Amino acid sequence: MTATLDEKSTDSSLSGKRPGDAIFRGTTLAASLLVIVFLAGVAIFLAVKGAPALDAGPENLRDKANVFALVGALLFGTVLAAAIAMIIVAPLSIGLGLVISHYAPRRLAKPVGFLVDLLAAVPSVVFGLWGIFVLAPRMQPVHEFLVDWFGWIPLFAGPASGTARTLLTASIVLALMALPIVTAIMREVFSQTPRAHQEAALALGATRWEMIRMTVLPYGRSGMVAALLLGLGRALGETMAVAMVLSTTGVITSWNIVSSQNSNTVAAFIAQGYKEASPIRVAVLIFAGLALFALTFLVNFLGRAIATRGTVKG
Amino acid sequence: MRRPLSSERHHVNLTPTFRRAIVPSIAALALALSACGGDDTSGSGSGSGGEGGSVDLASLSGELTAGGATSQQSAQEAWLVGFQEAAPGVTYTYDAVGSGDGRTNFINGGYAFAGSDAYLTDDEGELAGATERCAGQAPIEIPDYVSPIAVIFNVPGVDDLNLSPEVVAGIFAGEITSWDAPEIAELNDGVELPSADITPVHRSDESGTTENFTDYLDAVAGDTWTAGVVETWPGEYGGEAGNGTSGVVQVVSENENTIGYADASQAADLGQANIQVGEEFVAPSADAAAQILEVSPRVDEASDVNLAVDIDHTTEEAGVYPIVLVSYILACTQYDDQATADLVKGFLGYILSSEGQEAASADAGNAPLSDSLSEQAQTIVETISGP
Repeated sequence: MTATLDEKSTDSSLSGKRPGDAIFRGTTLAASLLVIVFLAGVAIFLAVKGAPALDAGPENLRDKANVFALVGALLFGTVLAAAIAMIIVAPLSIGLGLVISHYAPRRLAKPVGFLVDLLAAVPSVVFGLWGIFVLAPRMQPVHEFLVDWFGWIPLFAGPASGTARTLLTASIVLALMALPIVTAIMREVFSQTPRAHQEAALALGATRWEMIRMTVLPYGRSGMVAALLLGLGRALGETMAVAMVLSTTGVITSWNIVSSQNSNTVAAFIAQGYKEASPIRVAVLIFAGLALFALTFLVNFLGRAIATRGTVKG
Repeated sequence: MRRPLSSERHHVNLTPTFRRAIVPSIAALALALSACGGDDTSGSGSGSGGEGGSVDLASLSGELTAGGATSQQSAQEAWLVGFQEAAPGVTYTYDAVGSGDGRTNFINGGYAFAGSDAYLTDDEGELAGATERCAGQAPIEIPDYVSPIAVIFNVPGVDDLNLSPEVVAGIFAGEITSWDAPEIAELNDGVELPSADITPVHRSDESGTTENFTDYLDAVAGDTWTAGVVETWPGEYGGEAGNGTSGVVQVVSENENTIGYADASQAADLGQANIQVGEEFVAPSADAAAQILEVSPRVDEASDVNLAVDIDHTTEEAGVYPIVLVSYILACTQYDDQATADLVKGFLGYILSSEGQEAASADAGNAPLSDSLSEQAQTIVETISGP
């Protein structure tokens, strides 16, 4: 009886004659192809429209010699801001993920996780406004402190900005924006640690923290890296919050993240420059967009690759 | 105070698209509603209350496209509304594409006339190009928009601030760094200045306001201000940056001990410094700004149609405010077809009339032209003709 049933089902799934299967297969295939077509379309559009920027003169490039110097400086600022954001996010999200998955009682873990997810629903303009009106004034004394005590570190060379509309403040806003996605992945990764590993560690007399250090963290290492890379992808492309918070004069390359003269990011540069732009300047902006597209694509690709490797291993 | 400012900033970011969408729809609406005017364009009466020089506005019909300086945009919007009322048969559009593109499009015939923050020169062959476009006649250049640029500040306990040109340059060049510096104190007897660092705020984008402001600094304090006349703020002078006029106003409003520059009409209720002219200190007002056109030398004295002036920032005339933004209308005295000539004549007649100037002033906060200048301008507009 069972044998016949098995035979029957194997048979039909092999022949694939059910119309439902064919339709489902067709739609999913079309959907995934469409994504690839869109992606390729965006890349082609950016490359074609951005190409004239290669011939642009310094007067259209904020006095840079060529478009690569301009885009290079912008990419520097983009990566610097996103990297600082990740440095802030990493301990925060690991801690939050562990609390939700291992420390907090279930009654508390759910609402906390929900609240963190809710952060992702806040529009970036709201983060930008919050950055200007709430965070920046409170960050100003912190800037003074950093310059006074840690001025010997190039990052805090100063002079301290009087309004705190700096790359540091922008990075903190970015960190908060990247926090939900990073925490959500961390949480998932931590909760996937095999029960047996954890119980074994506890049985050997480990405290809860030792258990986490011996089993949860090593097991989730690749997942954590992937989470941070995905968060980095989010931080790299963020526009409005940075454009609103950051004070920039010209396009410069500067490690100093607490002064009034800040490195700009690609996305903010595009947002600020688009209002009044002649065709050649639009080409320059699109070229910068192409560079950002390539960078975020690479980072996300890397993040996904590491995430997949982690899953396979588990 | 906080909320309106934040929404204003956001609003500004959205406006170009919004305007692009709304202007054509208003225009289309006006066109649809218009009872097609008669074809008599030579009437001398001013129909339906419209003051359009010798052209009967109500009888005009057709499309009039112009564009250029963004500084004129809010004035142009006021004129669009007023002109559509007086001349319902005309579809008028003003593209705020920037002065440079406005001049280019005027010269190649895309625009019937252009708005420009700079007058035409032969440095890049623009004057010759415009002359050729205007059938060999010298192009008309009329200042139609004058607005004071205020030096705005936010210093607790200081409502009134006097600044000399050298001090303004010193502050923005980063040489005077404290509010209680002796240079500032000696100009402000009896004012309690805090011993706080000055945070100068400038525009982060390319801007006509920056160009006019640095033009002033360069003219009056060239020793301190060595960066010359620039549209984009020079990085070496430091200071904070705000994006757009609203960005600068927002940064200054939100942060104490800041000082910035902005179109006076946008300066909200911030403190506005009195600037030293000769022996007295002049507050930025529309009237004081308009005065500068009277005391500045004409670019081309010999020309009948060119009213452009070289702003005399160093003037010591009483009651003149020296930091201004002047924007011009560039047009032809002769057009290839009669219809365009009539439209331009009608529109320019309207905007230069007292009615047009008041409408713009109410909306954009700019200075209405003085009577004598307005009269001169009207005489020039009268000479516009077809082939």
